Formats: sequence, structure tokens, C-alpha cells
Amino acid sequence: MRIRLLFFALYRDLAGVPEMELETRPGATAATIVEELRRAGGGLARLPETPAVAVNREYAPLSTVLRDGDELAFLPPVAGG
Amino acid sequence: MGVTIRIPTPLRACTAGHAEVSVEGGSVGEALAALVAEHPRIRRHLFGEDGRLRGFVNVYVNEEDVRAREGVNTPLADGDTLVIVPSIAGGSGAPAVGSASAQAEGVPAQTGSGPELSRLELARYARHLALEEVGIEGQRRLKAARVLVVGAGGLGSPVALYLAAAGVGTIGLVDFDEVDATNLQRQILYGVSDVGRPKTEAAAARLADLNPHVRVVRHDGRLTRESALDVVAGYDVVVDGTDNFPTRYLVNDACVLLGKPYVYGSILRFEGQVSVFWGARGPCYRCLFREPPPPGLVPSCAEGGVLGVLPGIIGTLQALEALKLILGRGETLVGRLVLFDALAFQFRELKLRKAADCPICGENPTITELIDYDFFCGVVPETPSSDPDAAFPAELTPAELKARLDRGERVQLVDVREPFEWEIASLAAYGARLIPLGELGGRLAELDPEGDVVVYCLSGARSAAACRRLRAAGFRRVANLAGGIRAWTDQIDPSLARY
Repeated sequence: MRIRLLFFALYRDLAGVPEMELETRPGATAATIVEELRRAGGGLARLPETPAVAVNREYAPLSTVLRDGDELAFLPPVAGG
Repeated sequence: MGVTIRIPTPLRACTAGHAEVSVEGGSVGEALAALVAEHPRIRRHLFGEDGRLRGFVNVYVNEEDVRAREGVNTPLADGDTLVIVPSIAGGSGAPAVGSASAQAEGVPAQTGSGPELSRLELARYARHLALEEVGIEGQRRLKAARVLVVGAGGLGSPVALYLAAAGVGTIGLVDFDEVDATNLQRQILYGVSDVGRPKTEAAAARLADLNPHVRVVRHDGRLTRESALDVVAGYDVVVDGTDNFPTRYLVNDACVLLGKPYVYGSILRFEGQVSVFWGARGPCYRCLFREPPPPGLVPSCAEGGVLGVLPGIIGTLQALEALKLILGRGETLVGRLVLFDALAFQFRELKLRKAADCPICGENPTITELIDYDFFCGVVPETPSSDPDAAFPAELTPAELKARLDRGERVQLVDVREPFEWEIASLAAYGARLIPLGELGGRLAELDPEGDVVVYCLSGARSAAACRRLRAAGFRRVANLAGGIRAWTDQIDPSLARY
């Protein structure tokens, strides 16, 4: 199945792109994707183990099971003011 | 086909105050007809004499203008959301229609309907009084309200200015800093003549000039674990404009413990976030970000930069939410996080959920009093390694580093900032070399792993990350310069440029 990944702010810098498509196995959870991205290396190796994520524009726990066509957004903490 | 129609504020007088109406309909035309059947008074606002959709009314289905599709014939699917967007003419005076009665969850009213307004105040707030959603009663609520603005910087500037202009009766300002020339690019509370003054002092003077009917309370110094509950308890709404994670968790926790709404905003480079966290009615900051990021991962505005107008945009959104909370009008951002990307010009809204296992606002909270936030966010100095061979401090103060250099010790001094920062000021005169943090992993061979290494950045966060990286790569004698080049400039060499 294919899912769409969205990166904001710092995570966009780590990913190098604002969004990308990812082919993954059915039954994958958000946590699976985080693990895959961290393992794949590059900038996303610095992605925290438990980032805040939203699935289809709704904040979701990492245990959320993804479905084909889902949008997984990574929400970076930002402190600036 | 069940669809939801979102009604704009000016038209809610026609829908008994409802912000959303659920109807059946297989197309936009059918759904609107069902809406009109249920709420006949809305017809003339949407349709002309000829029965066609009026030119100034835009209808969006799933965020797309139906004119770009098939107009009223645009098909709808079950669960679609249809949004009616009337055009709004100008900086004031949206087309008010009848009396809107939508009432959001607001902060509890103060003493009755609030203090009386003087003739001068009635004249000053005329544009507010003309709004039925504000009116004299709302203006008195504003006058009775007490809002705490934490951090009088990029976000705090527009927040404090707009709240003062709007007539919020008591505005508390927390800041420990003095106005610096580098602030003026975005901190619109201040001018050149304020440079060097305490921010709360300069801000209080500016706000008094803007609106003498407003009382400004200065809280000089940082909000701390010891002071936060006492300070926050004296206010109805807290607006966060701080620039660091420990204070954000502190403000969130204090607000949750005291049941206060927390208007959150944060910015970096070209992007911002805004929400309203209110543990009593919805999610809190910890429901969203359970733990802080490791120090050094997220750059500060000083390190990463920020476009000057960005805090203006996010700060005014925060001021807006604070006013809505006080007035009890509209739908606040409780349970919603808005992400703004200035370069793409995109606002995205995400639904937030209250986490049942949130450590402070969840069902079984484990945090029942304020904690040590510096420790929680990992910004305390690391404890030195217990390895006896590595008898080298994990951290050096500027004076300790200076003493080592003066003694002629051979120290590999590494600057992990970005090249533009190196251009502004560096310790090149002391033999420092530039290896930006992002390049460190690939340039380890340039350093001697057996020798002493001292790493610095602007304030100590990125260099702490670099120290961890170096230790992980087998370097044993690695120290972080406490407080970074900023502390060095303050304590050792004031001739260096501060930024």
C-alpha cells in the first residue's frame, strides 16, 4: 500500500522534501513508518523515536494502523517566539 | 447523502446560532435547498431574486470552490463538508445580519458584567461596540479581563499591542531581558530609543501610550517553578510567547493545574503553530508533545532565523483567540492545531485529541505539581563521565576555558554554528575552527580523538548535541562551552559582536 508523508518545519529540513510517497506493507502502523524512516538513514535518521504525528489531519497515536492512501504528517516541536 | 454545512458567523442569526447544519443532499444545490427549507431566513443572503447563488457568496466543498467544479450541480458524497464563505468588505464591519447568538465556551465572567466604561472609553471602543458579538457588555468583559503575556518578544509584541488596543483591562508582562538591536526586526513593541532598557519597562510605556485605560503589570525576571503558580493564578487567560521548551512546559503545566486556558503560538524561520490548550475542556500541550525534543535538535530563532513578519501573523492569531476566550464568542482553537507555512502560504488545521494517558491532564495524572523543567528538557549540564581516564570536564565556563588557553593547553576549539554566524563573531582569534553541526559527522577525521576538544555554539544547545556526537564517536575528552559564545562575549571578550 502507498501512504503520503508530510513534513513540517524542522522535519522538512531533515527529510529534504515537504512531502513524499512511501510504499509499505499492509498493516503497517505509524510507528512502523517512523522506524523505517529512521533506519533508512540520511537526515531522517535524526527523527525522534516518538514524534507527534497526525493521520488524515487528526492527531493520532503511533500505534495507529495505516490504510492505503492515508496521509501521515509529522509535527515538529517548535519553541521560537 | 448526509452532509455538513458550515455557516459563517454573520449568517448564524438565520440558523438559530448554529455554526453547522446537517442536511441531506446529493449535490450542492440540493444541500443548499435543504438548508433554506430548514432555515428560511438564510435564503435572501444566499440566493438572488432569480434564484441563483448570489455573486458574493462562495461555496466550498472539501476546501474547493464549487465554481471551479460544477457550481450548484457539484455532486456531494456522504460526509462531505460544505462551507459558505461570504465576502467581507474591509478592515472593519463584516456584514452583520440580525443578532448572532452563537456562544462559545469562554472564560468565566469576572464580577458580573464588568466595570462601567467612561465616556472616553465608549468613544475609543466605538468599532467594538458596533459589533453585536462585543457590544457594551463584551467591552466591559474585556475591561474586567486579566491576560498574562509570557515573553515580550516577537509573539508577545503584537499580542500585547492588540490586547491593549482592544481594551483588555489588565495585561501582565513576563520578561527578564533587555531590548537588543537584533530584536527590532520583529519585536514591534520597541524602538531604537528602547535598546538597553528592560523589555517590561519599555513595553509598559508603549502600551500606556497606546491605551491609558489599560493597567500593565510588570513581572520582571523569568517565570520559574517557584513563581509560576502565584503569577498565573492572578490571570484569566495566559498567552505564551516564550522562546524555549522548558518555559512552554512550565506554562502549560501551571495552566492545567490552575484550570486556565493557554493560548499557544510558536514560530521558526517561515513556519508557525497556534492553538488553545485548555486541560479542563480539551487537550493540553503535553497531549500533543508528550516529551521535549533532545536539546540541540530544534534550533531557536537566534540559531535558525525567523522572518520578521511571521511572529506578527502568529501573534495576532493568539491575540484573536485570547479575545474570543474572554468574550465567549465564536469557536476557539481548543482541540485544533493550526500550522502556517508562510512561503507556501498554507494554513493547515489538524484535530487534536485529549490523551487519556496525558501525564498532567489525563485520567491518572502523574504530574500533580510543577517539576524541574530545565532537567525535564535536558538543558542542565551533563554529569561528567565516571571513566577515570576521561578526567576532563563535560562542561567549561568561559573563565575556565580562558584559563586553559592562557596556560597554553592544546585545545581543539570547535565552533558548530552556521557559517553566517561565524562571520558575525567567532573565537577564530583563539584558534577555533568552524565545523557546522550538520557536517560534524562527516568531518570527524579533522579532529584528534585523543586530544582535548571544546565545542561551542551560540548559547550551548547545539554544542551539547555535538559533544554527545563526539563521545559516541569515541572522543573521550570533550567539553561544552557553557553559555556558548554569548557567555564568552559577556564574560571574557565584550569586543565580539552579540547577536
